[in-house]
Amino acid sequence: MGTDKSRDVAEQLSGGDMLIRALQDSGVEYIFGYPGGSALHIYDAIFRQQKVEHILVRHEQAATHMADAYARATGKPGVVLVTSGPGATNAITGIATAYMDSIPMVVISGQVPSALIGTDAFQETDMVGISRPVVKHSFLIKDCSELPAVVKKAFHIATTGRPGPVVIDVPKDTTDPDITAAYEFPRSVTLRSYNPAVRGNGRQIRKAVEILLGAKRPIIYSGGGVIQGNAAELLTSVTRTLGCPITSTLMGLGGFPGDDEQFLGMLGMHGTYEANMAMHHADAIFAVGARFDDRVTNNPGSFCPDAKIIHVDVDPASISKIIPADVPIVGQVHNVLQELQDILHLELEKQPEAIDAQAKATWWQQIRDWREAHGLDHEQRPQPGKPILPQMAVQAVYKATGGNAYVTSDVGQHQMFAAQYYKFAEPRRWINSGGLGTMGFGLPAAMGVQFAFPDATVVCITGEGSFMMNMQELSTCLQYGLPVKIVNLNNQALGMVKQWQDMQYGGRHSQSTYSDSLPDFKTLVEAFGHVGIKVERAEDLEPALTQAFSPELKNRTVFVDIWVDPEEHVYPMAIKGGSMRDMYLTKITTSQQGDYI
Amino acid sequence: MRHIIAVLLENEAGALSRVIGLFAQRNYNIESLTVAPTEDETLSRLTLTTLGDDSKIEQIIKHLYKLVEVVKVVDLSDSEHVERELLLIKVRAEGAARAEIKRTCDIFRGQVVDVTSSSYTVQLSGPSDKLDAFVRAIGKTTILEVVRSGVSGISRGDKVLSA
Repeated sequence: MGTDKSRDVAEQLSGGDMLIRALQDSGVEYIFGYPGGSALHIYDAIFRQQKVEHILVRHEQAATHMADAYARATGKPGVVLVTSGPGATNAITGIATAYMDSIPMVVISGQVPSALIGTDAFQETDMVGISRPVVKHSFLIKDCSELPAVVKKAFHIATTGRPGPVVIDVPKDTTDPDITAAYEFPRSVTLRSYNPAVRGNGRQIRKAVEILLGAKRPIIYSGGGVIQGNAAELLTSVTRTLGCPITSTLMGLGGFPGDDEQFLGMLGMHGTYEANMAMHHADAIFAVGARFDDRVTNNPGSFCPDAKIIHVDVDPASISKIIPADVPIVGQVHNVLQELQDILHLELEKQPEAIDAQAKATWWQQIRDWREAHGLDHEQRPQPGKPILPQMAVQAVYKATGGNAYVTSDVGQHQMFAAQYYKFAEPRRWINSGGLGTMGFGLPAAMGVQFAFPDATVVCITGEGSFMMNMQELSTCLQYGLPVKIVNLNNQALGMVKQWQDMQYGGRHSQSTYSDSLPDFKTLVEAFGHVGIKVERAEDLEPALTQAFSPELKNRTVFVDIWVDPEEHVYPMAIKGGSMRDMYLTKITTSQQGDYI
Repeated sequence: MRHIIAVLLENEAGALSRVIGLFAQRNYNIESLTVAPTEDETLSRLTLTTLGDDSKIEQIIKHLYKLVEVVKVVDLSDSEHVERELLLIKVRAEGAARAEIKRTCDIFRGQVVDVTSSSYTVQLSGPSDKLDAFVRAIGKTTILEVVRSGVSGISRGDKVLSA
């Protein structure tokens, strides 16, 4: 080793060793996984090396969420290793979660030996087939010599273009320690059939600038593509130059500073009044890395009637899928924004008055009026003797963490409250399952982030329903000493289901409550070796959170069980079938009353 | 509207299942599908016919392009093209009907490719509507078995679809 000559002579390695070596050569730090029969040759290869650390989870679904969140927080692909059969099927939910949110991930699944494929062998399942609709691509290994090149391709495909999960299914015979082949890790990869767009069309970008400068009521609508495409800084600078309002999707939060005056908050089903009203009344919408999801647009037929739509996305299939774009721009968000900013600056140099100051002032006045009338209340304080509102709990977490934490969440009311009230200042700090809406995501996600950033404050804002879907990972937290902080907004019910049942099913709470059978979470987490704090009174809320985030508990996993008002709903809420301006504002009022103030 | 979409894809195991899976997953319809390797053995050519308005066809083409193994996609219906489908049909051919079937077959320029004392097997190629017309002309009562290849197509003129 070390001389040029020895480098020329490729090492002979078994498939298992090649796989792990290829992961090392891909810069992998962690593999999140769970062993089993078909993967044992690979696990032996892991045992005999130190470079890549394997994290042993308690359920394969959790492994996928950890790898996924690791990728969301770092921008590097997450890696998962599971065995065949149930190991593979347990990973599917997490793969689908990553797929829906375009997260780069490489999932390696053991498979029964090639000769047994198709015989209904023990722990056999057609992983390539079962994962096909929820992966960006997949590979079935035929021969151990393919492994280095396949690993290289898998990482390339997972991380480029619109990112996504890639599965490598590895039959046991291809990792046999007795069969070796030459190990050569390819330096580069070319695939004739895979050439994702890089730069946007210059003419279209100039057209976009023209529209944005000429608009009287422009708004920027930014999505997860800004976060995944590392374009938050550029987006912020373009937004400042234009001086126009900006709103973000659930996935785009943190793409622009959440506490900034120009930021209108999240849009969509539970978006702020001012964001949804501004979208509806805009005459130009600059959609960046967003995909006009049904949770944003409400009824596409009555979506933003006056707006010219500029749509930037790396995935051509996202453009004009739901809402036709007037100016479609296919390219990496970062590159498109860079080019757009350059043109914008040139135009403004030539014509400093290009932005109509009068129109801008009128537009902002309108937005301030909306905000004033029905904006989110950021001044709610816990009142002794009154129930704890979940919104207050999120605000208290925001305060206790200085607004700087990595926040993961599960799915439901608590997720919406977190998105509304935790004002994310930076990208990659807000980590949740937006597209698939996977309950059970939050805790393993927080753990994945904590592995990536051991010293950071990582909070999982969850609900008791979601938490119980992956709470076995408390054991993994103990094993690896992960000091994640779990804030449980305990409303003793499946809150979002219950809210819909209140609003659309005459208050019939079909299968959404279980208050008489919940565990005592404090005792539960203590049994797992962690710190449990129960908060039932409003006056205890802030002290409890101060304690949870105190230096004394810095190295401990802490679970704060906050009993919140079970009657609270998430508002605003889109009125089904309406346009973006049609919202419930409280249980008894809608935006349609009083002529859309 | 009916569209004929031609796809060049890597001749690899699993590639076809991804194309078909895409159609099932996104609720697109497949009227017919035909696939075989090309002169370049690393590539297969697939032709499928589907129904949909322009925006649906645009989505289908974009999603096909997203499949890693898909090299090229073209909507043949966009421009002048030649389309052909092969029909093999086994019909009862007895008594007076025997001559009548042969005559109908000649009118459509079909060929009788197999004969028994009581049946003919006829081969016919052409655009799908010609095949439909032939099947109608033969009449349902005498048909024993029908097999159609699905549409293959190629554009007219010098235009070529290649990797």
